[in-house]
Amino acid sequence: MEKMKFASTRSAYGKALLKLGKENPNIVVMDADLACSTKTALFGKEFPDRFFNMGIAEANMMGFAAGLAISGKIVYVSTFAMFAVLRPYEQIRNSIASQNLNVKIVATHAGISVGEDGLSHQAIEDVAILRAIPNMKIFVPADAVSAEKMVEEASKILGPVYIRLSRPDTPTIYNPNDYVFHKGQANILKDATEARIAFIAAGNMVYEALKVSERFENEGISTIVADFSSIKPLDKEKLISIARRTKLIITMEEHTVIGGLGSAVCETLSEEYPAPVIRIGINDLFGESGSPAALFQQFGLNSEEVYRRLLKKIRYL
Amino acid sequence: MDSETKKILDQKARDFRRDILLMLYEANSGHPGGSLSAIDVIAYLFLKVMKFDPKNPSMPDRDRFILSKGHAAPALYVVLANVGYYSTRLLKTLRKLGSPLQGHPDSRKLPGVETSTGSLGQGISIAGGMALGGKLDKMDYNVFTMIGDGELQEGQVWEAAMAIAHYKLDNLCLFIDNNELQIDGTVSEIMNVHPIDEKFKAFGWQTMEINGNDFEEIESAVEFFKSNKGSGMPTAIISHTVKGKCISFMENKLQWHGVAPKKDEVEKALDELGCVESLDNWLKEVEIWKR
Repeated sequence: MEKMKFASTRSAYGKALLKLGKENPNIVVMDADLACSTKTALFGKEFPDRFFNMGIAEANMMGFAAGLAISGKIVYVSTFAMFAVLRPYEQIRNSIASQNLNVKIVATHAGISVGEDGLSHQAIEDVAILRAIPNMKIFVPADAVSAEKMVEEASKILGPVYIRLSRPDTPTIYNPNDYVFHKGQANILKDATEARIAFIAAGNMVYEALKVSERFENEGISTIVADFSSIKPLDKEKLISIARRTKLIITMEEHTVIGGLGSAVCETLSEEYPAPVIRIGINDLFGESGSPAALFQQFGLNSEEVYRRLLKKIRYL
Repeated sequence: MDSETKKILDQKARDFRRDILLMLYEANSGHPGGSLSAIDVIAYLFLKVMKFDPKNPSMPDRDRFILSKGHAAPALYVVLANVGYYSTRLLKTLRKLGSPLQGHPDSRKLPGVETSTGSLGQGISIAGGMALGGKLDKMDYNVFTMIGDGELQEGQVWEAAMAIAHYKLDNLCLFIDNNELQIDGTVSEIMNVHPIDEKFKAFGWQTMEINGNDFEEIESAVEFFKSNKGSGMPTAIISHTVKGKCISFMENKLQWHGVAPKKDEVEKALDELGCVESLDNWLKEVEIWKR
């Protein structure tokens, strides 16, 4: 591997918004007093007339976003995932999604990698509850490069989109020159014809999946690693074709195992091609304070812990 | 207001009340009390104030009306039909499967409905977004919105009140349909919202109190709003109304919040409005419509 680059997905968001703002005068951005953290402040500085800080009042922010979208704007709305989804959930459903409005909810600080702020700020249920809302599209980028493309692509998609970003700098996986994002399409990062196990991952867990897969490769077990950043719609075709070729699927997400990527994969497979699945994620627990690395260890999300958990299972295959 | 205009408006209001009652009777569910308290303001805005074109519902510079208290949908539906957005025959389909006249207004199904509403507290924020959109696009349209007095208990209303004043949305006029009743009791006993005018003043709004079932007073409220445009302050009209207005046995009665009249009740109500004969015509038309 070349020398690893690190960047946060939220910093990529800030960059993408600036670009969008220049290209499209219809882009409007809102934040709820976290503009410096979500990086929408960059847009606010460049385009003060099209940036609205709505204060610490997320329910109203979603309503204003709906009203602006009805008036023909493409509205990017940002705050931490906890306050962008869990607090104004009903507003997202009734004011925005029910009318298929052009509101792009780009939430940062999702998952336990928020770290030291602890459980009140660690949204681990956001994907699960949004997935249940009709019209909603859900994208979880694996790195800063894909995040930037997703944010741009969202402006071309009609209707509500949720993009889930995180706080820390994470390894960059993709090359900006050859990465393309399409709604509903997964990216196979590693493939082998004789692969017995497949990792289906999203967000920060894609990098962990690549690392776990390396461990298995070193032991002579070849694997597939796929980035399922488009959680809704899900790339069912690729998922089923992967299931046909392998004996075990391991889903990996920085989210509760209830209702997120793992659930989406199980729902599809159980109806279309029943296959064994192990869901790696947060096991119906709240997060807590700690560094992101310590939390990944504690909740069994880092490659080492995942490897240990899988070892027994995989010996039987 | 000249006596001729007043006469015409009174006549219209009577017809609207008649149609609301007939619709609810036919639907066998819905909210008569709040529809009857709100109808005069909605009627006045569409008949005398707002700029719109039913043939071009998305005309960019049209004035907007957002019914945040979405359960008063029948009041909005009768007016939208009357001003030409769709045939009055559609009124007979209220709340039926497949009807564009949903239990609460649905912008995806019915022209003239600017936004879907029904979940209380949300329409006022959406209205705020539309008013902000108007300012952003340097367009001169007005945004009228109506909320219930019980709806003031939703925290989101006050978030919106703060934001609308903060962004100086003087193109927005809020009517608070202050009929003093909510499902479980009076607003004062369930969760007191008074004093309403002082609250809005403290949030940076211009306020005025009127009798919201009196066209001359509604007219003066609109004049007041127009005079505030350019002040940078939004307008809140505390519109004192009577829940169930004009139907003696419904007026100020809790139980008429969300129950449709039965046959003898709708007959009695129509009799009070002086149009009991309309029931038979209506029922005949419903039969034809069904065929």
